[in-house]
Amino acid sequence: MKKTAMTGTEAVANAMRQIDPDVVPAYPITPQTEIMHGYAKFLSDGKVTGELIRVESEHSAMSASVGASCAGARVMTATAANGLALMWEIVYIAASMRLPIVMSVVNRALSGPINIHCDHSDSMGCRDSGWIQMYAENNQEAYENAILGMRLAEKARLPVMSCLDGFITSHAVEPVTLFEDQSVKDFIGEHIPDHPLLDTDNPTTHGPLDLFDYYFEHKRKQSQGMFDAKSLFKEVAAEYNQRFGRDIKELEEYSMDDAETVIVALSSTCGTAKVVVDSLREQGKKVGLLKLRLFRPFPMNEIKEALKSRKVIAVLDRVESFGAFGGPLFSEIRSALYESGSPKIVNYIYGLGGREIDTKMIERVYEEIESYKNKEIEEYIKYLGVRE
Amino acid sequence: MKEIKFIGRGGQGGKSAAAILADAALEKGDFIQSFPEYGAERQGAPVYAYTRIDQKEIRIHSGITNPQIVAVLDSTLLTALPVTEGMPDDGILIVNTVEDPKQVRSRINFHSGRVFTVDATGISIDAFGKNIPNTPMLGAVEKATGLVTLDVLKKKISDKFIRKIGQEGVDKNLNAIQRAYDEVKEG
Amino acid sequence: MSADSKKPGWKDLPDGGKILKPGNSKEYKTGDWRTFRPVWDKSKCNHCMICWMICPDSCILTEDGKRKETDLNYCKGCGICAEICPMKCIEMKKESESE
Repeated sequence: MKKTAMTGTEAVANAMRQIDPDVVPAYPITPQTEIMHGYAKFLSDGKVTGELIRVESEHSAMSASVGASCAGARVMTATAANGLALMWEIVYIAASMRLPIVMSVVNRALSGPINIHCDHSDSMGCRDSGWIQMYAENNQEAYENAILGMRLAEKARLPVMSCLDGFITSHAVEPVTLFEDQSVKDFIGEHIPDHPLLDTDNPTTHGPLDLFDYYFEHKRKQSQGMFDAKSLFKEVAAEYNQRFGRDIKELEEYSMDDAETVIVALSSTCGTAKVVVDSLREQGKKVGLLKLRLFRPFPMNEIKEALKSRKVIAVLDRVESFGAFGGPLFSEIRSALYESGSPKIVNYIYGLGGREIDTKMIERVYEEIESYKNKEIEEYIKYLGVRE
Repeated sequence: MKEIKFIGRGGQGGKSAAAILADAALEKGDFIQSFPEYGAERQGAPVYAYTRIDQKEIRIHSGITNPQIVAVLDSTLLTALPVTEGMPDDGILIVNTVEDPKQVRSRINFHSGRVFTVDATGISIDAFGKNIPNTPMLGAVEKATGLVTLDVLKKKISDKFIRKIGQEGVDKNLNAIQRAYDEVKEG
Repeated sequence: MSADSKKPGWKDLPDGGKILKPGNSKEYKTGDWRTFRPVWDKSKCNHCMICWMICPDSCILTEDGKRKETDLNYCKGCGICAEICPMKCIEMKKESESE
């Protein structure tokens, strides 16, 4: 299939064009805005049929998404950083009401100080909000995760955040292979909403008051929805892989066969790490990379299986968890490996506010964790690329 | 892998130049990546944009610190910024200036690699009546590096601009790129 | 509050806390909230229907354009009907005394 040069935001806008959601409430924020520029252009050109609602804030963008989704519409939106933070209240409500909204999050640092560049503090901040979260390494994945995410959302009746790195992928031009429009439409299928409010022959109530006599049960049910999304991801990925000739899994194991030292990371950093892995492998070093494409629901068993027999693992978190023992990826992976006992595991906080992460820095991480094979880890939480 | 850095000021089209070059290389069959470096995006502020071109898939997502090719879109940046920083000894520097390559070499004390100059601003003003030196600079870059072909570059510029500025506007760009290709000097 | 074993468990609830049965507030008999009960003196009533218009719980039952007894299944005893009645034919009496 033909490759087209486009930015990550254009790739996501093309996914939106092919999905053609009924309603798109949007509010601009860098570096997300260009997704909606792209979508609005498709709308003006008559390439899509949805309704773009220009709201007055991100809080309203998510509120309108919730309303439209309850009504029975297929809904997509996008945001970043402080915009996601302003949505916060309604982000939780969308998940608890089991609404299959797909939102692209163009990962950007949260203020303050004010910064527009990439880190994962925005989406990681709402990792426990009940949204499925996928992270894209490059523009192709940003495009494909939105499509796979739409199907998964509607199957699991849960909202999906499809995350891509601000500027690094969102504003980089890369070759992207777009699927045939019809093929995407066939994969997505018709949206069959759960008891939509516009079904006036069967009136229902959405979002009622729910006190101590039912709230806990409803949360337990919501939690089950997230557990069930693990197997639904496998089902949806299998359909997807068959239709589009891909091999998407929760995890991508790169050069992991006999790897002794392993880096675990998300998003664009994985691409840079692959370059390092290739060059270290040429030197005969047993290094590997584990990329999480799916972070929520957390693929605990798959991670355990992939990492249990390794010697030393470095988990790279592009976010700081103030006061916690390490970043979110680190603490969850460490917890997943608790019973398997063997691998040593160390955390690197890196890349905050768009701070560069290059091949030399990743080489240094592999060197350092190699040395932990034979010595104690003196410090579990390290900061990579910060001036001392 | 070839790594190219465009140095310009906001509004001079460095970001578009980097993207068009990438697009042309993709059309030719290479793998590509192009990205701007965003800081303060004010018109007139220094802006960097980059292109990577390779025969195999480009996975790296870090910045470019050792560009083999540097294109300077504004001669006032020659002394304001360390434009040749990180360049290898056989690097190629292409500058938009009325000066000849030898004058540029002595002004920035750069005596290795290859240096090319072209009056892209003059060509741009002749063609568009204003200073948008990016398309003529692409002609000069192509002559100096042979990264793609002039025909592919021209096709991509047509594709990109035809809807926005029509055939007449496209023709002006194509003439400007051809002129820069013909007029660029090495020394 | 502890879990009430008579209520359905989480597996039996609809997704997202939705209420799927319309008009279900009928099942919630709010009459037991009442401490004062409206007692209607039929003989003084001129059937102006102002109480019927004003009752927040639609508890004033009617037949052929005439007022009937108050629906005590849902009447919370707010007393608005007694307050508004131009004929002063509704009196709020303590539940314990009106049996």
